[in-house]
Amino acid sequence: MTLPISPRLISFLVVTALGLAALLIMPMFLDSFSLLQATLFVAVAILALSQAFLWGYAGILSFGQAAFFGIGGYTYAVGVINFGDSTGAIALSMVIPAAVAALLGYFMFYGRISDAYVGVITLTVTTILYELSNSTSGDQYRIGSAQLGGFNGMPGLAPFNLPGQPDQWLDEKGTWYVAMGALLLIYILLRGLLSTWFGRVVVAIRENETRAMLVGYDVRFYKLVAFSISGGIAGLGGCIYAAWGGFVNPSVFALSMSAQAIVSVLVGGIGTLVGAIAGAVIIQALINLSGTQSIIDPSLGIGIILVVFVILVPQGLLPSISALVSKLKPKPAPQRLGHETQEVKP
Amino acid sequence: MEISGLIAFNIVTGIATLVLITIGLAVIYGMMRIINLAHGEFMMLGAYTAATAVEHGVNIWIALLILPPIVVALIGLVLERCVIRFLYGRMIDTMLATWGISLGLVGLITSIFGNVIHSVPTPVGGFNIGGYGASGYSLVLVAASVIALGGLYLLMRRTDFGLILRATMQNPRMAASLGIHPPTVFMSTFALGAGLAGFAGGLLSPISGVSPSMGAAYVARAFITVLGGGPAVIMGTGLASGLFGLINEIVSFLSTPVLGEVALLVAAIVLIRNLPNGITGRFFRSSL
Repeated sequence: MTLPISPRLISFLVVTALGLAALLIMPMFLDSFSLLQATLFVAVAILALSQAFLWGYAGILSFGQAAFFGIGGYTYAVGVINFGDSTGAIALSMVIPAAVAALLGYFMFYGRISDAYVGVITLTVTTILYELSNSTSGDQYRIGSAQLGGFNGMPGLAPFNLPGQPDQWLDEKGTWYVAMGALLLIYILLRGLLSTWFGRVVVAIRENETRAMLVGYDVRFYKLVAFSISGGIAGLGGCIYAAWGGFVNPSVFALSMSAQAIVSVLVGGIGTLVGAIAGAVIIQALINLSGTQSIIDPSLGIGIILVVFVILVPQGLLPSISALVSKLKPKPAPQRLGHETQEVKP
Repeated sequence: MEISGLIAFNIVTGIATLVLITIGLAVIYGMMRIINLAHGEFMMLGAYTAATAVEHGVNIWIALLILPPIVVALIGLVLERCVIRFLYGRMIDTMLATWGISLGLVGLITSIFGNVIHSVPTPVGGFNIGGYGASGYSLVLVAASVIALGGLYLLMRRTDFGLILRATMQNPRMAASLGIHPPTVFMSTFALGAGLAGFAGGLLSPISGVSPSMGAAYVARAFITVLGGGPAVIMGTGLASGLFGLINEIVSFLSTPVLGEVALLVAAIVLIRNLPNGITGRFFRSSL
């Protein structure tokens, strides 16, 4: 039985259409405050997407996506202060995290350390960056004319501007178009990448690393490239985050940031991209919700969700729901008919 | 001359601290192959136990040395029964679950005690090395780290419990067929590791300050040391702590403590690049 269009293509088209609709329609109905909130959701969704690609498709569980997210944020901040123009800063905020990821990936994948060690090392790098960025208070810690500011971070960052026109700042609507457009574009590019030869090799490595190696692929190289791509995407998320709030401080390197990305993917479902976006929206909504009261700390909630999902719903919501749906569906018709005709009494 | 004496003293203290913060993690990882990302929070719980006990007028030595390991071992026991035992053999899932526990504990303690730094008094005064003042409490840390390593060695080598534990970790089915109940052994091992983490947290509370997020400051160093140490719990912890502690203290002395930590990390990544199974994965392979 062959469908003219594969279900995978249908889901891709539906998600793209929905994303386009959100991109165009939301500015018409939301006021600037809500639109600004929505931009934050987009920033964390991009972070979650970087995790979803790395974990769900390349099979690498990084506990340190916050490291690249934070480097992206800091790169944007330093860039926009030094250049006075956001275009180059945005580009750098993807290039530098991707380069850092490549360097780190070289040590991890060419050292052939096990999956669990990758988790530990990425986690460690994140905590070290957190401490390092906290310790940069003082006048001597500056890059060009940008002062890193230690614990207080770098406030008062300029928002995005039109390319080449530093005076033409984008308002909330413009920022939304850039952010949501970036999310949509990354989703499309990732889906495209996964359907290429490279994407297939990456998934093959996830399925069986030894076999992929024996077939002749350099597993280390593919993992390195996937890790670097994911780092660049997370960096763009951090860049949008920094532009969203107009500030960046060491909290972008916090472990809870990496946790948010992992929990988003886990909630949405490992091995889907759109699930991670949905998961990111759900988790960020919960965090916002818990921010409105002061009894329960948000990280308590994230922690409990993480434990509950690992034990009870390890597949995530989206795959679990689709499994449930296919279970509830009636059995294929011909079989049942044949069965019934046998039972019919004369 | 005096300055080199002081540096040597600081290096020994740094190594001892590293041993203390690592040993609980090393027991849980080395014995059970569980990467316990809640390790830092177990230490944090130990520190809170000490701080609370001191506030309620408990003798300072009991509050620092006796209560934290007991309380945290009990908490570890409960968590093992409620969460960890469902996930044995699924390394990535245990990492995620223990990380969830870690975040949850930070949130819980923040909700209860607030996001403020408590302080615990130091029970011993300072002394002088030539013209330089040194903390007497550091001597307590050094002694405690020696006791922790030595005690663990004796427990593993000289007691029935240690024998059963090592046997179960090597081959749970065989141990079970000889009448041992492996779940109980796993449970007590996890509690032992948690207790050692609590021990470290209580001991370090006077010098680190007690706050909900204090665990994060230690956990990176602890992990790196465990990975660098390799499969042998005691020997690996000792050797890796010695190496990394030395590097950390020397760079800290020459620049800043944060750069010292960065140097430790870089050294560890280079080491793991060359010895993916840690020091004891290549050398001293038959040690414990």
